[in-house]
Amino acid sequence: MADLYLDILILLDSALRLATPLVLAALAGLYAERSGIVDIGLEGKMLGAAFAAAAAAAVTGSAWMGLLTGVGASIALALLHGWVSIHQRGNQIVSGAAINIIVAGLAPTLANHWFHLNGQTPLLSGDARFQALIWPGVDAIGNLPVIGPLYAEVISGHNVVTYIAILSVPIAAWVLYRTRFGLRLRAAGENPEAVDTAGISVYGLRYRAMIINGVLCGLAGTALSTGLGAAFVRDMSAGRGFLALAAMIFGRWKPVPTLFACLLFGFVDALQGRLQGVELPLIGEIPFQFTIMLPYIFTVIILAGFVGRIAAPRASGIPYSKEG
Amino acid sequence: MPLGGPDITDSSADKDAPAIELENITKSFGPVRANDGITMRVERGSVHAIIGENGAGKSTLMNILYGIYHPDSGEIRINGTACALQSPADAHHAGIGMVHQHFTLVEPFTVLDNILLGFENGAVLARPRRLAARKLEAIERDYGLSVPLDAVVSELPVGMRQRVEILKALYRNAEILILDEPTGVLTPLEVEQLFQIIERLKGQGKTILFISHKLGEVMRIADRISVMRGGKLVADREPDATNASELAELMIGQKLAAAVDRKSLSVGQTLMALEGISIPPAEHRSGLHDISLEVRSGEIIGIAGVTGNGQTELLEIIGGLRVPASGTLSLGAEVCAAPDIVPGAVDLRKKGVGFVAEDRLRMGAIGAMTATENVILGYHGRPPFSRHGCLQPRAMRNACARIMADNDVRPQAPNLPLDNFSGGNQQKLVFGRETDHGPRLFILGEPTRGVDIGAVQRIHNTLISMRNAGGAVLVVSSDLDELLAICDRILVMFEGRIVGEMLAGDTDIAAIGLMMAGQNPDDPGEEARNDG
Repeated sequence: MADLYLDILILLDSALRLATPLVLAALAGLYAERSGIVDIGLEGKMLGAAFAAAAAAAVTGSAWMGLLTGVGASIALALLHGWVSIHQRGNQIVSGAAINIIVAGLAPTLANHWFHLNGQTPLLSGDARFQALIWPGVDAIGNLPVIGPLYAEVISGHNVVTYIAILSVPIAAWVLYRTRFGLRLRAAGENPEAVDTAGISVYGLRYRAMIINGVLCGLAGTALSTGLGAAFVRDMSAGRGFLALAAMIFGRWKPVPTLFACLLFGFVDALQGRLQGVELPLIGEIPFQFTIMLPYIFTVIILAGFVGRIAAPRASGIPYSKEG
Repeated sequence: MPLGGPDITDSSADKDAPAIELENITKSFGPVRANDGITMRVERGSVHAIIGENGAGKSTLMNILYGIYHPDSGEIRINGTACALQSPADAHHAGIGMVHQHFTLVEPFTVLDNILLGFENGAVLARPRRLAARKLEAIERDYGLSVPLDAVVSELPVGMRQRVEILKALYRNAEILILDEPTGVLTPLEVEQLFQIIERLKGQGKTILFISHKLGEVMRIADRISVMRGGKLVADREPDATNASELAELMIGQKLAAAVDRKSLSVGQTLMALEGISIPPAEHRSGLHDISLEVRSGEIIGIAGVTGNGQTELLEIIGGLRVPASGTLSLGAEVCAAPDIVPGAVDLRKKGVGFVAEDRLRMGAIGAMTATENVILGYHGRPPFSRHGCLQPRAMRNACARIMADNDVRPQAPNLPLDNFSGGNQQKLVFGRETDHGPRLFILGEPTRGVDIGAVQRIHNTLISMRNAGGAVLVVSSDLDELLAICDRILVMFEGRIVGEMLAGDTDIAAIGLMMAGQNPDDPGEEARNDG
């Protein structure tokens, strides 16, 4: 029994770790869509940030420099998407897809040019990676029954980006629903004319949303290459940007439900990791090619079956111009 | 004309200065002079109406006054002080509030948040929300506006949303209120309530600019009426010194075409019959409940009702766009739609049914296609437009030229995409397309929405001539004046049911209005029981 409990805790621990980039990217998408910009470029920004963070961390030996660079790269990409979507009134799907494609090609190319490691960055270690933070009193509390292992395994022992991700959720909820900025941001995504006639700049709001979007995607990418992994690897985002988008939709564009959707996806991802090479009763061993598909199949089922009527921000994806 | 001359007495705000003075306002869009030397004064504490056809320049002028457009030349003085209104924010500072025709409300927000938007007084909302609620309750008491502040706007009826807009303007300390076509979307009952609110605002010294094209309302509510045509201010009248037909002529610049007389006919055979048609209700839609009606040759039937009470569904059934859950629709002796008989819009047209959809750009025409292509839609599969599976460009061109000439479509440009025509001219094209085939039975949704007075008269005349010739017409309209002017019989819909039927000669707007609101005109205090 105790073994099973520990197993579950370890599963939850890795679920939280795996959900980190999802939570950050989903919130990034949420800010963008709530302001009226559809962002399918989460994937590309995450990948770009993962590369920039890993490269900078490898060169400087500091994970924090990696974080700064990753966030910077992601903000630049977000503003590019913003400029196309806001000022140029371009097609936001095309722009987002373009970012995904550019980064998928550019990152390994640059990595190869700089590091000659077949499109990877050097393996990070020590201070160049975000290390697990061990919470105070783990030794003392860890020995308590039930709560002890929970504290030691699940709550303590993540890297700083995971804690930032979890904190970002209540902050996002507070910003969106309790502040002037959030009120205006949501209005811009629903009825930009109302914002404009109230004398507020719709463009300004949307650019600010894209900067927040860039910061969050940057954190997500940094978590991938300097927290979860220890280097940038080609295509290492592996569709997580799209999973995040799905989680945001499943969470109905609301921060807290989106968090739970991400945790669910993270849990399924952790589960598939656990199932690899495990003999199951009746079925036997599932080939890893199938277990690895689980999170994606799960996403399709969730989106097709359980979401129901979607309540997207009404003006999302529609460029705003005064002449209407 | 008593237009305000150059009245440069004192540039500081003085008590006796008019609320608004416009001096030679000119605004061009490319080659079009939308406003051409407009000079006007609006007295403080008055209701000043501005009337004119679509494209006469009313909206441009109001947008200039609200800081959205900037005039090419001319001067605006508010309370005697010259103002450069560069943005809506400047207009707010000058005490000008505007209620747009299409409300600028954020539907998923509460009333309170909508009013707060842009005027939050603080980065964190908890305290501003409390303070605003207190101030708003006081305003609501003063002006008798009862609006629940914590209600979500998407769940409020249209009349209530308009009051939210008025409340919003008052919260922002507007002394001058621009109401752009405020009655277009209201039920008669809501119009009455709006007029009461306007009277109360006026009583408190507010100045109201009332933009409209409905002459009856303007005659009732306005202290002064300015008429615009082709970008110019062509007349300034007091309601006592004018009448509706003079105003109409001033608006269109010529005499109205005489109305066609309706011949007295005895109604003939039934051309279309609906029996027990039902559709289950859906979110925000009432569905249809056991609708039965007959349309007979030699009559025009009107369907009145507040938008969303089943008229759209009824049109969809008749137009062959939807299968009823129960009941039958028959044309002559043949059943055309029933739960197991899927109707077809093209089949209906082959049987001589003309159909003008309520929402012309969504269902009646295709904006990106040319006028010529649009005038054969629905008839495109048959001669003369199609032979051996190929379209016949010459026949199409001929039809388009004929329809454009008959209906006075402007510009007469057959190859122009429909989107480039004004709403009124799009409607003329759609209307012309259906009449061109001489339908025996003609179904129309909102036939004159967005259409100019002159064209309205022509459309009405066409319908009456059709009836005189033994055809049958069914009109769904939210404009009760229109229904009373052309119909023989009027049916009222409420929550998906037909709750009343009357002869047009025996009723008036007030009685229909009560029924539209779900009340029985015979005892107005009580809700009508609608047990089918």
